Amino acid sequence: MDRIPILKFGDCLLVTIQVDMHDQLAMALQDDLTARLVKERSRGVLIDISALEIVDSFMGRILNNIASMAKILDAVTVVVGMRPAVAITLVELGLELPGVRTALNVERGMDLIRSTVDAETASDVDLD
Amino acid sequence: MSTSTETLPIKSAEDVVRVRQVVRTKAAGVGLSIVDQTKIITAASEIARNTLDYGGGGEVAIESVKEQPRTGVRLIFRDNGPGIPDIEQAMRDNFTTGSGLGLGLGGAKRLCTDFSIQSKVGSGTTIMLARWK
Repeated sequence: MDRIPILKFGDCLLVTIQVDMHDQLAMALQDDLTARLVKERSRGVLIDISALEIVDSFMGRILNNIASMAKILDAVTVVVGMRPAVAITLVELGLELPGVRTALNVERGMDLIRSTVDAETASDVDLD
Repeated sequence: MSTSTETLPIKSAEDVVRVRQVVRTKAAGVGLSIVDQTKIITAASEIARNTLDYGGGGEVAIESVKEQPRTGVRLIFRDNGPGIPDIEQAMRDNFTTGSGLGLGLGGAKRLCTDFSIQSKVGSGTTIMLARWK
Protein backbone atom coordinates (compact mmCIF):
# COMPACT_ATOMS: atom_id res chain seq x y z
CA MET A 1 0.00 0.00 0.00
CA ASP A 2 1.11 3.60 -0.62
CA ARG A 3 2.38 5.56 2.33
CA ILE A 4 2.63 9.29 3.04
CA PRO A 5 6.33 10.08 3.60
CA ILE A 6 7.41 11.37 7.00
CA LEU A 7 10.59 13.47 7.09
CA LYS A 8 12.73 13.99 10.18
CA PHE A 9 13.96 17.55 10.59
CA GLY A 10 15.94 18.07 13.79
CA ASP A 11 13.64 17.13 16.65
CA CYS A 12 10.53 17.50 14.45
CA LEU A 13 8.66 15.31 12.00
CA LEU A 14 7.38 16.88 8.79
CA VAL A 15 4.51 15.59 6.70
CA THR A 16 3.32 17.16 3.48
CA ILE A 17 0.08 15.64 2.26
CA GLN A 18 0.22 15.95 -1.53
CA VAL A 19 -2.49 13.50 -2.56
CA ASP A 20 -6.20 13.05 -1.97
CA MET A 21 -5.96 10.30 0.65
CA HIS A 22 -8.38 7.44 0.95
CA ASP A 23 -9.34 6.50 4.50
CA GLN A 24 -6.90 3.61 4.95
CA LEU A 25 -4.03 5.79 3.79
CA ALA A 26 -4.98 8.41 6.39
CA MET A 27 -5.17 5.70 9.08
CA ALA A 28 -1.73 4.42 8.01
CA LEU A 29 -0.32 7.94 8.34
CA GLN A 30 -1.69 8.17 11.88
CA ASP A 31 -0.03 4.86 12.82
CA ASP A 32 3.25 5.66 11.06
CA LEU A 33 3.51 9.08 12.70
CA THR A 34 2.92 7.67 16.17
CA ALA A 35 5.57 4.99 15.61
CA ARG A 36 8.09 7.53 14.27
CA LEU A 37 7.44 9.89 17.20
CA VAL A 38 8.44 7.16 19.61
CA LYS A 39 11.40 6.01 17.52
CA GLU A 40 12.86 9.48 16.93
CA ARG A 41 11.79 10.99 20.28
CA SER A 42 10.54 14.00 18.33
CA ARG A 43 9.11 17.05 20.07
CA GLY A 44 7.05 18.40 17.21
CA VAL A 45 4.90 17.29 14.28
CA LEU A 46 4.24 19.65 11.41
CA ILE A 47 1.55 18.66 8.93
CA ASP A 48 1.25 20.69 5.73
CA ILE A 49 -2.23 20.41 4.24
CA SER A 50 -1.89 23.22 1.68
CA ALA A 51 -2.44 20.75 -1.17
CA LEU A 52 -5.68 19.38 0.35
CA GLU A 53 -8.83 20.55 -1.39
CA ILE A 54 -11.08 19.31 1.37
CA VAL A 55 -10.92 18.14 4.97
CA ASP A 56 -13.98 16.07 5.80
CA SER A 57 -15.01 14.69 9.20
CA PHE A 58 -12.86 11.58 8.75
CA MET A 59 -9.72 13.55 7.92
CA GLY A 60 -10.53 15.95 10.76
CA ARG A 61 -10.75 13.02 13.15
CA ILE A 62 -7.36 11.75 11.94
CA LEU A 63 -5.78 15.17 12.53
CA ASN A 64 -7.33 15.28 16.01
CA ASN A 65 -6.10 11.75 16.77
CA ILE A 66 -2.57 12.57 15.62
CA ALA A 67 -2.51 15.67 17.84
CA SER A 68 -3.86 13.75 20.85
CA MET A 69 -1.42 10.88 20.45
CA ALA A 70 1.48 13.28 19.92
CA LYS A 71 0.50 15.15 23.07
CA ILE A 72 0.56 11.97 25.12
CA LEU A 73 4.01 11.32 23.63
CA ASP A 74 5.12 14.82 24.69
CA ALA A 75 5.10 16.38 21.24
CA VAL A 76 3.23 19.37 19.83
CA THR A 77 1.30 19.13 16.54
CA VAL A 78 0.84 22.07 14.20
CA VAL A 79 -1.25 21.90 11.03
CA VAL A 80 -0.27 24.48 8.42
CA GLY A 81 -1.49 25.75 5.08
CA MET A 82 -5.23 25.18 5.43
CA ARG A 83 -7.00 26.77 2.47
CA PRO A 84 -9.57 29.46 3.33
CA ALA A 85 -12.39 27.51 1.65
CA VAL A 86 -11.47 24.45 3.72
CA ALA A 87 -11.61 26.48 6.93
CA ILE A 88 -15.04 27.90 6.01
CA THR A 89 -16.34 24.43 5.17
CA LEU A 90 -15.02 22.88 8.39
CA VAL A 91 -16.89 25.44 10.49
CA GLU A 92 -20.13 24.83 8.61
CA LEU A 93 -19.65 21.07 8.82
CA GLY A 94 -19.48 21.51 12.59
CA LEU A 95 -16.02 20.04 12.96
CA GLU A 96 -13.82 21.39 15.70
CA LEU A 97 -10.16 20.56 15.99
CA PRO A 98 -9.69 21.11 19.72
CA GLY A 99 -6.24 19.55 20.09
CA VAL A 100 -4.80 20.82 16.83
CA ARG A 101 -2.78 24.00 16.65
CA THR A 102 -2.65 25.75 13.31
CA ALA A 103 -0.37 28.22 11.56
CA LEU A 104 -0.60 29.93 8.20
CA ASN A 105 2.51 28.43 6.63
CA VAL A 106 5.42 26.08 7.27
CA GLU A 107 7.73 28.81 8.53
CA ARG A 108 5.24 30.07 11.12
CA GLY A 109 4.38 26.51 12.02
CA MET A 110 8.01 25.71 12.77
CA ASP A 111 8.27 28.91 14.85
CA LEU A 112 5.18 27.85 16.81
CA ILE A 113 6.61 24.39 17.48
CA ARG A 114 9.96 25.91 18.50
CA SER A 115 8.45 28.42 20.91
CA THR A 116 6.04 25.84 22.40
CA VAL A 117 8.79 23.27 22.94
CA ASP A 118 11.17 25.91 24.36
CA ALA A 119 8.49 27.20 26.74
CA GLU A 120 7.78 23.66 27.96
CA THR A 121 11.49 22.97 28.43
CA ALA A 122 11.88 26.22 30.38
CA SER A 123 8.95 25.42 32.69
CA ASP A 124 10.35 21.91 33.26
CA VAL A 125 13.59 23.52 34.47
CA ASP A 126 11.64 25.86 36.77
CA LEU A 127 10.01 22.88 38.46
CA ASP A 128 13.36 21.39 39.44
CA MET B 1 -30.16 24.24 -21.01
CA SER B 2 -28.06 21.15 -20.43
CA THR B 3 -27.31 18.45 -17.94
CA SER B 4 -24.67 15.77 -17.91
CA THR B 5 -24.66 12.82 -15.57
CA GLU B 6 -21.93 10.43 -14.53
CA THR B 7 -22.68 7.38 -12.41
CA LEU B 8 -19.92 5.94 -10.23
CA PRO B 9 -19.82 2.85 -8.02
CA ILE B 10 -19.03 3.22 -4.30
CA LYS B 11 -17.54 -0.13 -3.33
CA SER B 12 -14.18 0.81 -1.81
CA ALA B 13 -12.31 3.65 -0.09
CA GLU B 14 -10.65 4.45 -3.43
CA ASP B 15 -14.12 4.92 -4.97
CA VAL B 16 -14.84 7.61 -2.36
CA VAL B 17 -11.72 9.48 -3.57
CA ARG B 18 -12.91 9.10 -7.17
CA VAL B 19 -16.35 10.53 -6.22
CA ARG B 20 -14.64 13.59 -4.71
CA GLN B 21 -12.61 14.08 -7.89
CA VAL B 22 -15.57 13.82 -10.26
CA VAL B 23 -17.72 16.13 -8.09
CA ARG B 24 -14.86 18.63 -8.14
CA THR B 25 -14.59 18.49 -11.94
CA LYS B 26 -18.37 18.91 -12.38
CA ALA B 27 -18.63 21.71 -9.81
CA ALA B 28 -15.74 23.61 -11.41
CA GLY B 29 -17.24 22.93 -14.84
CA VAL B 30 -20.52 24.70 -14.04
CA GLY B 31 -18.63 27.61 -12.49
CA LEU B 32 -19.29 27.17 -8.76
CA SER B 33 -17.03 29.33 -6.59
CA ILE B 34 -14.09 27.70 -4.78
CA VAL B 35 -15.97 27.85 -1.47
CA ASP B 36 -19.10 26.27 -3.00
CA GLN B 37 -16.98 23.62 -4.72
CA THR B 38 -15.27 22.81 -1.42
CA LYS B 39 -18.63 22.55 0.36
CA ILE B 40 -20.24 20.18 -2.13
CA ILE B 41 -17.09 18.02 -2.42
CA THR B 42 -16.93 17.76 1.38
CA ALA B 43 -20.64 16.90 1.61
CA ALA B 44 -20.20 14.30 -1.15
CA SER B 45 -17.28 12.77 0.72
CA GLU B 46 -19.33 12.44 3.92
CA ILE B 47 -22.28 10.79 2.17
CA ALA B 48 -20.09 8.56 -0.02
CA ARG B 49 -18.39 7.24 3.11
CA ASN B 50 -21.78 6.60 4.72
CA THR B 51 -22.90 4.74 1.60
CA LEU B 52 -19.80 2.55 1.88
CA ASP B 53 -19.64 2.06 5.67
CA TYR B 54 -23.33 1.91 6.60
CA GLY B 55 -25.06 1.13 3.31
CA GLY B 56 -22.69 -1.69 2.35
CA GLY B 57 -21.75 0.13 -0.84
CA GLY B 58 -23.84 1.57 -3.63
CA GLU B 59 -23.56 4.17 -6.34
CA VAL B 60 -23.82 7.86 -6.99
CA ALA B 61 -25.17 9.78 -9.96
CA ILE B 62 -23.33 13.09 -10.31
CA GLU B 63 -25.15 15.59 -12.45
CA SER B 64 -24.06 19.01 -13.59
CA VAL B 65 -27.12 21.16 -14.18
CA LYS B 66 -27.20 24.25 -16.33
CA GLU B 67 -30.82 25.20 -16.79
CA GLN B 68 -32.59 28.41 -15.98
CA PRO B 69 -32.88 29.47 -13.27
CA ARG B 70 -30.46 26.99 -11.75
CA THR B 71 -26.83 26.18 -12.32
CA GLY B 72 -24.99 23.75 -10.10
CA VAL B 73 -24.44 20.11 -9.27
CA ARG B 74 -26.84 17.49 -8.00
CA LEU B 75 -25.78 14.16 -6.53
CA ILE B 76 -27.96 11.16 -5.86
CA PHE B 77 -26.50 8.42 -3.66
CA ARG B 78 -28.21 5.02 -3.55
CA ASP B 79 -27.51 1.93 -1.52
CA ASN B 80 -29.38 -1.29 -0.85
CA GLY B 81 -28.21 -1.48 2.73
CA PRO B 82 -30.13 -1.92 5.98
CA GLY B 83 -31.75 1.54 5.80
CA ILE B 84 -32.03 4.13 8.56
CA PRO B 85 -34.78 3.38 11.12
CA ASP B 86 -34.88 6.89 12.63
CA ILE B 87 -33.84 9.57 10.14
CA GLU B 88 -34.41 12.43 12.57
CA GLN B 89 -32.01 10.86 15.05
CA ALA B 90 -29.47 10.07 12.30
CA MET B 91 -29.51 13.70 11.14
CA ARG B 92 -28.65 14.97 14.62
CA ASP B 93 -25.08 16.06 15.22
CA ASN B 94 -22.94 13.70 17.26
CA PHE B 95 -25.25 10.75 16.70
CA THR B 96 -23.45 7.73 15.30
CA THR B 97 -23.95 4.00 15.31
CA GLY B 98 -20.41 3.54 14.02
CA SER B 99 -17.00 4.84 14.96
CA GLY B 100 -17.35 8.24 13.28
CA LEU B 101 -17.94 11.66 14.75
CA GLY B 102 -21.62 11.67 13.83
CA LEU B 103 -21.29 14.83 11.74
CA GLY B 104 -21.80 13.23 8.35
CA LEU B 105 -25.51 13.62 7.62
CA GLY B 106 -26.26 16.83 9.50
CA GLY B 107 -22.97 18.36 8.40
CA ALA B 108 -23.53 17.41 4.76
CA LYS B 109 -27.00 18.96 4.85
CA ARG B 110 -25.57 22.26 6.13
CA LEU B 111 -23.09 22.30 3.23
CA CYS B 112 -25.78 21.97 0.55
CA THR B 113 -28.55 24.14 -0.79
CA ASP B 114 -30.88 21.16 -1.31
CA PHE B 115 -30.87 17.95 0.69
CA SER B 116 -33.31 15.09 0.89
CA ILE B 117 -33.19 11.61 2.28
CA GLN B 118 -35.41 8.58 1.78
CA SER B 119 -34.78 5.38 3.60
CA LYS B 120 -36.62 2.12 4.06
CA VAL B 121 -35.52 -0.37 6.68
CA GLY B 122 -34.32 -3.52 4.95
CA SER B 123 -34.19 -2.08 1.45
CA GLY B 124 -31.82 0.89 1.41
CA THR B 125 -31.26 4.61 1.44
CA THR B 126 -31.33 7.33 -1.22
CA ILE B 127 -29.83 10.73 -0.49
CA MET B 128 -29.97 13.76 -2.79
CA LEU B 129 -27.55 16.66 -2.40
CA ALA B 130 -27.38 19.78 -4.52
CA ARG B 131 -25.43 22.98 -4.50
CA TRP B 132 -26.69 25.80 -6.73
CA LYS B 133 -24.91 28.96 -7.72
